[in-house]
Amino acid sequence: MGIETSTVELAPSIRQIPGTPAFITPVDKILNWARASSIWPMTFGLACCAIEMMATGASHFDLDRFGIIFRASPRQADCLIVAGTVTKKMAPIIKRVYDQMPEPKYVIAMGSCACSGGIFRTYSTVQGVDEFLPVDIYLPGCPPRPEALLYAMVKLQEKIKGEKGKWGFWRR
Amino acid sequence: MKDLLSVIRDEFGKFILEVREEDLPTVIIKRDGFLEFIDFLRKEGFNHLLDLCAVDYLNYKPEKKIERFEVVYHLYSIPKRELLRVKVPIAESDCWQYSLTSFWKAANWFERECFDMFGIRFKGHPDLRRLLMPEDWEGHPLRKDYPVELPEEKEWKAYRKFKTKAKGAQ
Repeated sequence: MGIETSTVELAPSIRQIPGTPAFITPVDKILNWARASSIWPMTFGLACCAIEMMATGASHFDLDRFGIIFRASPRQADCLIVAGTVTKKMAPIIKRVYDQMPEPKYVIAMGSCACSGGIFRTYSTVQGVDEFLPVDIYLPGCPPRPEALLYAMVKLQEKIKGEKGKWGFWRR
Repeated sequence: MKDLLSVIRDEFGKFILEVREEDLPTVIIKRDGFLEFIDFLRKEGFNHLLDLCAVDYLNYKPEKKIERFEVVYHLYSIPKRELLRVKVPIAESDCWQYSLTSFWKAANWFERECFDMFGIRFKGHPDLRRLLMPEDWEGHPLRKDYPVELPEEKEWKAYRKFKTKAKGAQ
């Protein structure tokens, strides 16, 4: 008797044992589902992009419907939205916030400045936050509309859902 | 205001370089008589320091300037509701100006910013440190001969170290 004959497929790779409340699914899938459905970004803004980020979090665009809730502490957050121009003086502080976040953690570079330095090709500006952080999603725009940030979050969810084996002791 | 300007012309004639009345009354005065002049203005009711900044006139085309820098003060008289601009030319080779911190506490951070951005030292300032740039920054960024973009090897050392360290950790 194989797993195909004794269980019923409810959704892709989710199977139920008939007559019981038991389901069979890969660990990857359930962990990725949990992570992707509760991305908690850090409440951290640097410039005008932060205003758009706040608008995205507020009721009109409403990030909460994706399970995205801003957390005021890096120790409870798992996503860092770098929203705005990063100066060289600010870079170590951002790095510290990132280091304080527990694994698994993701970084969204929001806006042209965080992606590449944008219009600020100057002595004091970091030319893209990827100089010192591993960026998952680059979101261009000056500043990006809230819809664009929503799209970036959905893209991040897609990325998280595609991860394999990012759990347990052998995570890295 | 006309009366005040004529009094200023009489009393500080030997220090005054120019008096203008275009957009708002402007007095351009030598650094030597500056402190007495400010003291006089305070007694005349100019009790509020609105703004303090500097200008770098390196390679300035529209007008011939005597010195490279100018420190600009905007004073406001709350009782008289009058605005006055005071400009003091500062030479590049002799790059300092008297501090106004003993007259106005507000001058403290203005002067620190001015020192940070232009490298003009303020004599008598209690704590003349950089305000905006990091303390170990080299150069004064708002000077006209400061490059907009620094080459890789001239980048701020602390950030270069930080960047290579972060790259290694990834």
